[in-house]
Amino acid sequence: MPSPYIPNTDRDRAAMLQDIGASSVDELFRDVPAKFRDARFNLPPALTELELGEELRGLSRQNASLDDYACFLGAGHYHHFFPALVGHMVGRSEFYTAYTPYQPEVSQGILQAIYEYQSLVCQLTGMYISNAGMYDGGSAAAEAALMAGRITGRKEVAVLSTVNPAYREVIGTYVSGQDITVHALASGFREIPDNCACLIVQQPNFFGYLEDVTGYARLAHDAGALFIVIFDPISLGLLSPPGDYGADIAVAEGQPLGNPLSFGGPGLGIFTCRQEHLRQMPGRLVGRTTDVEGRPGYVLTMATREQHIRRERATSNICTNEALVALAATVYLAALGKSGMHRVAELCYHKAHYAAEAIKKLKGYSLASESPFFKEFVIRCPVPPKEINQMLLKKKIIGGLDVSHLVDNGMLLCVTEMNSRQEIDRLVSLLRTL
Amino acid sequence: MKEDKHYLLPDFSKTGKVGCRLPELDVPAAELPPQEFRRQELSLPEVSEVELVRYFTSLSRRNYGVDTGFYPLGSCTMKYNPKWHEDIAHLTGFQDIHPCQPADSVPGAMKLMYELQALLAEISGMAAAGLSPMAGAQGELAGLLMVRAYHQSRGEKRRHKILVPDSAHGTNPATTSMCGFTVETLPSGGDGNLDLKSLDRMMNAEVAALTLTMPTTLGLFDPNIAEISAIVHDRGGLLIGDGANLNSLLGRVKFGDLGFDCVQLNLHKTFSTPHGGGGPGSGPVCVKSNLAEFLPAPVIASGKRGYYFATPSKSIGRLGAAHGNFGVMVKAYAYIRSLGAAGLTEVSANAVLNANYLKEKLKPYYRLPCDRTCMHEVVFSGARQKAKGVSALDIAKRLIDYGFHPPTIYFPLVVAEAIMIEPTETESKETLDAFIKAMIEIAAEAAKDPELLHSAPHITPVRRLDEVGAARKPDLRWKM
Repeated sequence: MPSPYIPNTDRDRAAMLQDIGASSVDELFRDVPAKFRDARFNLPPALTELELGEELRGLSRQNASLDDYACFLGAGHYHHFFPALVGHMVGRSEFYTAYTPYQPEVSQGILQAIYEYQSLVCQLTGMYISNAGMYDGGSAAAEAALMAGRITGRKEVAVLSTVNPAYREVIGTYVSGQDITVHALASGFREIPDNCACLIVQQPNFFGYLEDVTGYARLAHDAGALFIVIFDPISLGLLSPPGDYGADIAVAEGQPLGNPLSFGGPGLGIFTCRQEHLRQMPGRLVGRTTDVEGRPGYVLTMATREQHIRRERATSNICTNEALVALAATVYLAALGKSGMHRVAELCYHKAHYAAEAIKKLKGYSLASESPFFKEFVIRCPVPPKEINQMLLKKKIIGGLDVSHLVDNGMLLCVTEMNSRQEIDRLVSLLRTL
Repeated sequence: MKEDKHYLLPDFSKTGKVGCRLPELDVPAAELPPQEFRRQELSLPEVSEVELVRYFTSLSRRNYGVDTGFYPLGSCTMKYNPKWHEDIAHLTGFQDIHPCQPADSVPGAMKLMYELQALLAEISGMAAAGLSPMAGAQGELAGLLMVRAYHQSRGEKRRHKILVPDSAHGTNPATTSMCGFTVETLPSGGDGNLDLKSLDRMMNAEVAALTLTMPTTLGLFDPNIAEISAIVHDRGGLLIGDGANLNSLLGRVKFGDLGFDCVQLNLHKTFSTPHGGGGPGSGPVCVKSNLAEFLPAPVIASGKRGYYFATPSKSIGRLGAAHGNFGVMVKAYAYIRSLGAAGLTEVSANAVLNANYLKEKLKPYYRLPCDRTCMHEVVFSGARQKAKGVSALDIAKRLIDYGFHPPTIYFPLVVAEAIMIEPTETESKETLDAFIKAMIEIAAEAAKDPELLHSAPHITPVRRLDEVGAARKPDLRWKM
């Protein structure tokens, strides 16, 4: 049966070949040396929508979905509520089937949405400017380190050891090409090594606790280094924004703003900086301007930083901005607004503290730290966390991240507005049984 | 909403409006964190749900997508995105799973990724694939970091140059710099093929690799590919592919057979996942066995206890915090399974047929720099029209008035006034004929009434925009 995605019929093809002056389609491949043509492909047979649906629904049902399981897992990707309108707006196919808006007259929709995104992110972070988005939080942090290197001309970067280990790995990958050295600094260090382009700190840190960001900002600036902050966008409904405590560049994983977890991708790298560093920024930017008749409109701008213009002298090779994920973040931030963002942050904070209080009273359990935290915290368990998680999974609960390689029998728990009191109580009572 | 007043989110904002409701706190309130950590004020718009839906719907109506009409943007493969594949990616068992869940709680997702690795390796003719790059450019980054690690592992520290053809995508030289290599630009010959003499002269013991798009960005298959591969490999270099143009080779030709050591694929081009207005994409890297141990982490492995995430022994490391753009992988997997081998061959057949049909029909009207059989796209030059004062940009903008999205213009850089047209296989002969008719009329207009083209487009919500002013005085956000 013909493919529903290929409208040409045999008659069309015959007519077109005749106009081209070729006897067959194969003839059009004449530039490919004969020995490379007609390779054999060992692939499964074609399936119709009906058959494929059956198979893929089956595969999806094998996965423990958060629709079905309570989740206390965070560690950089978070299970949050997002209102239905987000999915409906992102599902408008004029948005999702478009390319990058290089032709502004037919792309005002996505361009204006990105301008809204840049604005909302600046309001949220207190930073001067946001780009249109990057791949994810990890690669945004890595690009921030490279940007700091360009600005300061230095070949070393300092990363606090409480930064998400996956982010630290990504930073390591990205800087390896340019022979930049990474120093991992333990909490409470007093001095940054000479010649560091930046100090990278996560707030709240990987373990959920609040860092003395004001103090770290001073240490970084005293050493002539840029202060780079990795933040949790949801926390900014309650916590000081990076623009208030001296961040030069602030980056984040934007997935929690209206996007499903989707096994970790696609995500959204939020990337913001101070005004003076605008021209060293990687990634796409949208600016407001006017058309020939004086009407306001939007265009991609400052493209002389980018690869398609500047080639080997570009600020980055990036050529995408996760536009659709950024659109979801835009609709989410607009829908939650001032009161909603505040409410979500408070719900996370109070529920996480309720859970921590209850767990620390259990025999054999303790909190790894008494420091202030936001929605994540580390508990020490009486048995290896892996065993606990296996038990919880049988009870339809996805437990916290096993961090026993970093903290003895440590488990990193995350509580959000998605966890009802009943769920938290059930977790606590199951932990008690061990 | 009236079109003449310009609205942004703050214009809808009024104290007391809410866009969504959240539940009351169901646990006792805890003591808030110390004052020094707390936010003083948060200024965000307050808008109702109905206003937001109307606002974003109105924005969507000012946007042109593949679902709106023909989108012949060269090099971008703007093919139709099957609706069913969108729905599949939204199944809760794929959409609502956490990247740190134990692998044995998500065996379906692991199996899908494992099989996709194998399918992509088979389609590209390579030994292994890594799915973690989140876009084509990040796949290129992975490729060149692997080149670097490969030579270093062999103690070849002198190889600090990468040969990049002058027709390459901008990401190729930009990636080269990011990886600490120096770019050496290779000229193309007049026939659109790589200049073999230059390659022979430039390919020395300081060169780590040649990055090559095949078919080239001129939409041509370079018949000297075997010679190119031999020159590069005989002198210790690697051949790295930019797989942006795989659509023309699908189900017929394998990159591995052509001599490539590594190629990045763009799932959002060749494998029909939507472009999203600028992402998300996905850019897996496929490699020969010589590079497999350098693949970015993680890869999916299979063992006695099922599938698991693994880090190859000499991996270049992680490129992102999770495992890559899984949501995009689901759609690409669905596409390959729905087409099968024969379906993939039909894709390349129709993509190449459609491009050659456009080429033959339009070449009397527009200059064709390389008059030979093309692959999935054809590059014209607007030089003839430029002589009359009409630029490729004017032609592109005038096409909008005819209801089409413009082709890619001014790329590749080696063609003056380049107009790069990629019809893809998902367009009908009727659509192509309508486009051809429009292009022919525009060529006539260019000769008769250049002003009509200079002032195009005429039917869009905004006309040509002041891009110079936008860059000179950047207005990148509102404040409230």
